[in-house]
Amino acid sequence: MNRTSMVEPILDVKNVTKRFAFNNETVTALANANLRIEKGEFVCLIGPSGCGKSTLLRMVAGFETASEGDLLMWAKPVQGPGPDRGMVFQDYGLFPWLTVARNIGFGPAARGRPTREVRATEKRFVEMVGLTRFADAYPHQLSGGMKQRVAIARVLANEAEVVLMDEPFGALDAMTRERLQAELLEIWEAQKLTVLFVTHAIEEAIVLADRVVVMSPGPGRIVADERIDIPRPRDPTSPEFNALRRRLSSLLAGHH
Amino acid sequence: MTQHSAWRGPALAAAFPLLALVAWHLATSGRAYSLIPPPYEVGLELWDLAFGGIYDDAFSETLQTHALASMSRAYGGFALAAAVALPLGMLIGRVEVIRTMLDPTLQLLRPVPVTAWLPLAMIVFGLGPRSAFFLVFLGAFYPVLINTIFGVRSVEPRLFEAAAMLGLSPSASFTKVVLPASLPSIFTGLRLGLGLSWVVIVVGEMTGVQTGLGAIIMEARQLSRTDIVICGMAVIGVLGFASDKLIMLLGQWLLRWSPQHG
Repeated sequence: MNRTSMVEPILDVKNVTKRFAFNNETVTALANANLRIEKGEFVCLIGPSGCGKSTLLRMVAGFETASEGDLLMWAKPVQGPGPDRGMVFQDYGLFPWLTVARNIGFGPAARGRPTREVRATEKRFVEMVGLTRFADAYPHQLSGGMKQRVAIARVLANEAEVVLMDEPFGALDAMTRERLQAELLEIWEAQKLTVLFVTHAIEEAIVLADRVVVMSPGPGRIVADERIDIPRPRDPTSPEFNALRRRLSSLLAGHH
Repeated sequence: MTQHSAWRGPALAAAFPLLALVAWHLATSGRAYSLIPPPYEVGLELWDLAFGGIYDDAFSETLQTHALASMSRAYGGFALAAAVALPLGMLIGRVEVIRTMLDPTLQLLRPVPVTAWLPLAMIVFGLGPRSAFFLVFLGAFYPVLINTIFGVRSVEPRLFEAAAMLGLSPSASFTKVVLPASLPSIFTGLRLGLGLSWVVIVVGEMTGVQTGLGAIIMEARQLSRTDIVICGMAVIGVLGFASDKLIMLLGQWLLRWSPQHG
């Protein structure tokens, strides 16, 4: 399942199990997950609801703790949320009282960078995501796609090494989604990011990922780890793309 | 948006009080024994209260003194209420021990009307402005407190997650997340509190103070000077309306980021 590699992984999930107490019962959200991610990889977690993909992502982010097993970043245990692992939420999580620029500068400012440097960072990343005209707008004045650009930019402006994305484009219309997918790939390549991306859309996973990790519910677990070698940009109408789509569909349906 | 003249709003808003004025005039004018004076007599009295020169009685030219006295009590009581209720509400909202300790008592005291506090206030603070001040404080206190508690408790959990993953320390999250996020509720509380401090001003000035719009209303009532009673009511209405407009403008500027306000 995993490629054996001598390279030290940026993220190492080792035998991680997560249990929740729910109505006096213990529910296993994730059982025995193992996942190694190397720096620069774009990995998609895919699976139906209840497969533990968001739970896994939130544990890597440090919002939840593992019941068993180890979560390591650069071989050090993850202890709570931190700026090295930036998160992009489906519902954006922008600060409504801050302008686009100040939202993007929130991280550097929170970490005590000098104001002049924060302003320069804001400007650079506002430009990177193409929102210069909206730098002084407030989140409620933006479209969903623009909000998500701000959410991505604030994580990048904070020099996050790993970008965690929880169905970030799930609430967007199809055209905006495709454009943001392309922009994300561009940024990922240019900035040499490591991306862990949760989705339930097979096509999105194949368009984006180096590796697609397939998960299954009851209890949540990893059932497959597929490498995608089709060169980018990937054509969703090509035979290789379709073959992969069929293969992932059947993995998701449990015929493996 | 349909096209409307800029005057449509003000014209519509003025139509109703004008109609009421006409009805008032028709119902009271030319009747010798009407207990309610007709509008033009009230208008004359208002002029006399403000500038004198018509009746030149004990009330002439006293309006400014009374209005200033009431304003200082309304704003002073409100300011004190805000100064106590804002920090207390934040503590109750964010600190579980303090909430458990104080919330039940405050909830128990809250339904007691300001009027019911009047006798006790007069015993504790004596006859005069201190009792009035206390009663206005009490009237403004609960709306500020309740809305502050609600505001700091209902911050979206997602915003704490976002702040934490961006590297904000937990100790900074109060000023950087909780305060700005709860500002709309806090502002609603302040607006309600300021409005209520005008509402309770008459009760507050029933404590035997010599000046104040509430005081002249009570005095005029004993003298059956209903024209002065109505003048006092009108001035309270106008001053309360003006201070609400002011705080609304402040709110629109402070909350320009909020789709519900800005």
